[in-house]
Amino acid sequence: MKSANSLPIRTAKDTAHKNMLPKLSRRHRTLIVLALTTLLLLSIVTGSYILSDSGLSVNFEIKNQAPSMNNLFGTDWLGRDMFTRTVKGLSLSLGVGMMAALVSAVLALFLGICAATLGKTVDTAVTWLVDLFLGVPHLVIIILIAFSVGGGIRGVIIGVAVTHWPSLARVIRAEVMQLRSAEYVQVSRHLGKSRWWVATHHLLPHLISQFFVGLILLFPHAILHEAGISFLGFGLSPDTPAIGIILSEAMRYLSTGMWWLAFFPGVSLLIMVRAFDILGNNILLLLDPHKAHE
Amino acid sequence: MQLKQLILFILGKMVKMFILLAALCLLSFWMVSNSPVDPVQAYVGADMMLVGPEQLERISAYWGVDKPPIEQFGRWASALLQGDLGTSMIFRRPVASIIKERFFASLILMGLAWTLSGLVGFALGIVAGMKQNTWVDKAIKSYCLILASTPTFWLGLILLIIFAVWLNWFPLGLAVPAGVLTENVRLIDRIHHLILPALTLSVLGVANIALHTRQKLVEVLSSEYVLLARARGASETEILWRHGIRNIALPAITLQFASLSELFGGSVLAETVFSYPGLGRATVQAGLRSDVPLLLGCVIFSAVFVFSGNLIADTVYRVVDPRIRHKDGAV
Amino acid sequence: MALNQSVLSVNELTVSFRQYTRGLRQIELTVITGLSAEIQPGKILAVIGSSGSGKSLLAHAILGILPSNARVTGTMAYDGEELTAERQVKLRGREIAFIPQSVNYLDPLMKVGAQVRASIKDNKKEVQRDIFARYHLDSQVENLYPFQLSGGMARRVLVSGAMVSDARLIIADEPTPGLHPEIVEEALTHLRQLADEGRAVMLITHDVGAVLNVADYIAVFYAGTTVETAPVKDFAGKGEALRHPYSKALWKALPQNDFIPVSGFQPSPGDLPLGCLFSPRCPMASRECFESRPLERELRGGKVRCYHAT
Ligand SMILES: Nc1ncnc2c1ncn2[C@@H]1O[C@H](COP(=O)(O)OP(=O)(O)OP(=O)(O)O)[C@@H](O)[C@H]1O
Ligand code: SF4
Ligand SMILES: [Mg+2]
Repeated sequence: MKSANSLPIRTAKDTAHKNMLPKLSRRHRTLIVLALTTLLLLSIVTGSYILSDSGLSVNFEIKNQAPSMNNLFGTDWLGRDMFTRTVKGLSLSLGVGMMAALVSAVLALFLGICAATLGKTVDTAVTWLVDLFLGVPHLVIIILIAFSVGGGIRGVIIGVAVTHWPSLARVIRAEVMQLRSAEYVQVSRHLGKSRWWVATHHLLPHLISQFFVGLILLFPHAILHEAGISFLGFGLSPDTPAIGIILSEAMRYLSTGMWWLAFFPGVSLLIMVRAFDILGNNILLLLDPHKAHE
Repeated sequence: MQLKQLILFILGKMVKMFILLAALCLLSFWMVSNSPVDPVQAYVGADMMLVGPEQLERISAYWGVDKPPIEQFGRWASALLQGDLGTSMIFRRPVASIIKERFFASLILMGLAWTLSGLVGFALGIVAGMKQNTWVDKAIKSYCLILASTPTFWLGLILLIIFAVWLNWFPLGLAVPAGVLTENVRLIDRIHHLILPALTLSVLGVANIALHTRQKLVEVLSSEYVLLARARGASETEILWRHGIRNIALPAITLQFASLSELFGGSVLAETVFSYPGLGRATVQAGLRSDVPLLLGCVIFSAVFVFSGNLIADTVYRVVDPRIRHKDGAV
Repeated sequence: MALNQSVLSVNELTVSFRQYTRGLRQIELTVITGLSAEIQPGKILAVIGSSGSGKSLLAHAILGILPSNARVTGTMAYDGEELTAERQVKLRGREIAFIPQSVNYLDPLMKVGAQVRASIKDNKKEVQRDIFARYHLDSQVENLYPFQLSGGMARRVLVSGAMVSDARLIIADEPTPGLHPEIVEEALTHLRQLADEGRAVMLITHDVGAVLNVADYIAVFYAGTTVETAPVKDFAGKGEALRHPYSKALWKALPQNDFIPVSGFQPSPGDLPLGCLFSPRCPMASRECFESRPLERELRGGKVRCYHAT
């Protein structure tokens, strides 16, 4: 924090300035950002349903067109509309990313709670497991898993899920440890309630908000990894046009100078990932202004 | 006394690393042996027609596919302990020598990107932290947050379109000019081929280190010792040099060493985009073409690489931080 | 009070912090309310008050080192001229010296000798060695890191860091706790000497007993304001000469006096009482005490903030 040395002792000037230019409070700004990002993400999903499939049909008459009013993102070498492809690809990536993030978050929840409640041995085991998964590059593990399950959506989901749980698991473990020492939990234990009872009645409600924030913050990573792994050729098959596939196809047409093939899908992916990041951080900010890092 | 402690610490970490590596070997082997891809067929690949049944049998004997998985693992692991990683199916050469060669190429690429991202990120982080909450800070922060959400491979594609296709400043890919014999490749050519991939690869690191450095510097600047320095008349520049750098350099260096995992992951993507013949690309090829020995080799090697980075990070901390260095030196 | 022009005068100072709670709702914590104080050259003003009464924040406000979420109103003057943010930057370390409250004010990664030398202009090494010797710090201490020092040694390092300057105003925020009585004596005598040379000293402390021998005036803090400022001689006997009910109670609570603790708690900055800040605990409170806050007024050679003080 900077010291108040730029702060005049009298702040009359300051307030006058503020009155002339009414600023939104942080709360309002945050809520507006939340609403906008949610809207954007929803429009991607609904857009992919609303857009007709006609844009995806092959039409050599309009192949290789640069962006125009008719084809906002241009067309590809088969005359398919890149805008339609991008929106559908995004929503597919979104779905797979969400699935993977969800599995990963559940895994994190489970392992975090186990580590915190089942005693020292389990805790150590989970710590070692974390070290193991942090010790190999994520992409390499995902490639290995994708290979061992024979590629496809399943490989991506398992791979991304298995590599992304450690950070959330740590948060949850710490949270549970703290809650466990809280007084009312101790009292219930004294009253002879089982561990399971304590877990479901006291711990879970507190963990749910942590869990959801963690989940939302997992999405961007999951989506990026999904795109990366599909781009490399391990993820979805070419007939399911996720963003990673679209981009890897675009790579083959790089030297033709058709920049729009790679540019728009990538920017859209970037915006979507960023939107999730903003969404998660703003929710975190609302729940706990001191812990948020943005 | 202190040296002894340090050695014990490193040894302890190494033991842990070996246990983790052993677990990783077991796990990876189990995963690939569950793969629907038949290694014999993968090995023979398109040559299936040309290989006689006799030869086929020899190959499966070599792979021990007819033996139970435990025994297969035992054979593989004991060979591994003797430094024998097997023979790559796609390159038809020992995996160890391929990894050595490819890793050297990757090391140059990663080293360059790593240094670049460290320096640029650290500088950006300091500027942002010193100018906290001004537009400069906000600009740097947004820039980094956007970089952190940028798919590495897409950035590579865009750089290629701009600098290779449009401006023609750089080649489209590979590590050396096509069609030139290795001994005729000049250093300048290598550098020429290295710039775009290194730039692409450095981007994610820049964002990480800059945001982290900024955060640390902000913490330091709001610390009580900086408050005292201010109260005693030190200027902001003096504070940065006297207290800032001292307290943020070590965490930054540590983070940089601990980020080898992401760096390696990034190199897998960057090398694919630029057709750069490094270890990352070898991993992808091994996976796509079911080259099990090479894939396992890459997995294990990348783990050793990342573990070494973490070990260096921990060791640097112990050697440099006086609070740990002089642990029993209190008066 | 003295006719001398004050080195520092603080007038109706209010400090509040903006904070965000769950849901990003903004709240305002007022930690210093309408505080006034002044110090003359050659005098020691002791500031006493319980924990959380705003003593350190007053020191930080004078130096201009409050965090950026602090809002400050009121005026301060140094040498009769308004103490603006720019002047604070110019004066601190040169005209105003500061001894901070805790050993966390030392950089954990820097040798303590170097930290002290940073605030010396010429002859760094020599001056630092002299001052270390004065505070019985061994010559090798300069090469140690803060974590290698005992609490008392670290405090002496902090004190010596302020004593190397030739400042005209010294602000010492609890310089003595945890120190050996001999060294407390040494530090206080040193402060007295500095005052006798014509400097002004603001000595913040919990402990009235320790400063009775060195201070000229004592300002009593309560919940972020000065309830009374009195010459040190009024702190005697059963406190009959004191003006404010809180100062009297505080005086009586001392072990060497009646040792009767003041009942109740200081209000928290989040919900200050509407009227007199002491009203919830005051035995003399009347209706007007609960409705509005008493202004500071002169009384028998001191200042007091109470409707009923005589
Ligand atoms: N940065 C801050 N944000 C919010 N409240 C603060 C901040 N700093 C201090 N306070 C509050 O201001 C009040 C006064 O604090 P201050 O440090 O001045 O007390 P003090 O009189 O020096 O106490 P002590 O004798 O314990 O040092 C306390 O209630 C404290 O909680
Ligand atoms: S003003 Fe009233 S409440 Fe406050 S101290 Fe005086 S008598 Fe007590
Ligand atoms: Mg204090």
